[in-house]
Amino acid sequence: MDFKLKALTKSIWVFHVSAGSCNNCDIEILDCLTPRFDLERFGIQLIGSVRHADAILITGAMNRKSVPRMKKIYEQAPKPCVVVAVGQCALSRHMFRFSYNVKEPLDNILPVDLYIPGCPPRPEAIIDGIVKLVNKIRENK
Amino acid sequence: MLKTFLSYLIFPGFLFSACAGLIACWIDRKVTARIQWRVGPPWHQNFTDIIKLLGKETIVPSDSSKWTFLLAPCLGVLGLILATTIIGRAALVPSESFLGDLIVVLYLLIIPAVAMIIAGASSGNPLASVGVSREMKLVLAYELPFLLSVTAVIIKCNGAIQFAGILNHQLNFASNIASFSGILAFVAALICMQAKLGLAPFDISEADQELMGGVLIEYSGLPLALFKLTKAMLLYTSPLLLIVLFFGKDLSLLFILLKFVGILVVFILIKNTNPRLRIDQALRFFWGPVTLLALLANGLALLGY
Ligand code: SF4
Repeated sequence: MDFKLKALTKSIWVFHVSAGSCNNCDIEILDCLTPRFDLERFGIQLIGSVRHADAILITGAMNRKSVPRMKKIYEQAPKPCVVVAVGQCALSRHMFRFSYNVKEPLDNILPVDLYIPGCPPRPEAIIDGIVKLVNKIRENK
Repeated sequence: MLKTFLSYLIFPGFLFSACAGLIACWIDRKVTARIQWRVGPPWHQNFTDIIKLLGKETIVPSDSSKWTFLLAPCLGVLGLILATTIIGRAALVPSESFLGDLIVVLYLLIIPAVAMIIAGASSGNPLASVGVSREMKLVLAYELPFLLSVTAVIIKCNGAIQFAGILNHQLNFASNIASFSGILAFVAALICMQAKLGLAPFDISEADQELMGGVLIEYSGLPLALFKLTKAMLLYTSPLLLIVLFFGKDLSLLFILLKFVGILVVFILIKNTNPRLRIDQALRFFWGPVTLLALLANGLALLGY
């Protein structure tokens, strides 16, 4: 079991969903894969299909259109799978909290495992968050 | 009997080729990373990926045909192991090869692609079916020049359709690559292999950006691991086949290793410097210039160059 857990934390394939973000958070996520930060060193890869995912990365405020789709995406992911909320929008709805279109924050909809605050968060903050998540998973099981 | 099983399952067969293939995949990722000025993953990364996939949930989509969906990856792996074993045995002990094993291997090497086609078609996903249609066209496109370049080798080796004959001929005279027809056939075969491996200019059926994994979009867990393993083993088998066909003069361990890594790096360089083609461009490319190249190689081989 421990062996599998180690493999899981050493090879995280990330499915990236933009649930209505302003695209800044998405750019910062892509920054993590550039030569300066190079997350592939730790086996972290962006993949195209949610069926391959170990982590779902969500940016942006959840608007009425994206809520049912997000639920569907979460159901389609093979478990064990973690949900990571990136950016202030995904955490707390940010400046859209009084908007007619954004009814509830992300953690009322999906079980979020990791919150990374910032508008947008720096790549260092994202990497730091991932390290904390990995440590938490390893300790818990 | 036992020896056959052992060679199928362990030495030139499954276990060895899987390990070698995963290492080859790592070389691919590492060199790619260095080209992009990154550090790249550690050497055991692909092993970790496979182990992780084994521990994940396997989802069978409700509108897929269940058995076909689950058996297609096994078909690909089993066919490829057979091909790898035959090539590996032939390179190790040429005297044990049988008449026509080259032809058998050529057939067996199509099976992974066929498995992909079956898999995508059975998964019931519209994006996968687009991937399937592209994969099918791509197979039709690259098989013609690939077979032609193999016939050039056969003509060079006085009609030998046995690995032993081909290796013997190269041992007695010179490597096939050391002639005009050999060079042309090698270039054509290399480009076809690039498409067989599904690497960059020809990764049309997987197309991460538009088809999101294409054929493999619905796969997760164990079947996905099998497909990744098939890809990895293909990355070991196809350079080996090229070595046997074109560089068969000196098959000592060190030289095989050097030639293997050399061919692999050429694949990776092509992959990293070329954008993806559209399927119609790929078809035109393979049936036009590459086929002409292979035909020219055939003509030259017939004339004895
Ligand atoms: S948190 Fe800021 S940067 Fe990120 S999507 Fe929201 S507004 Fe844009």
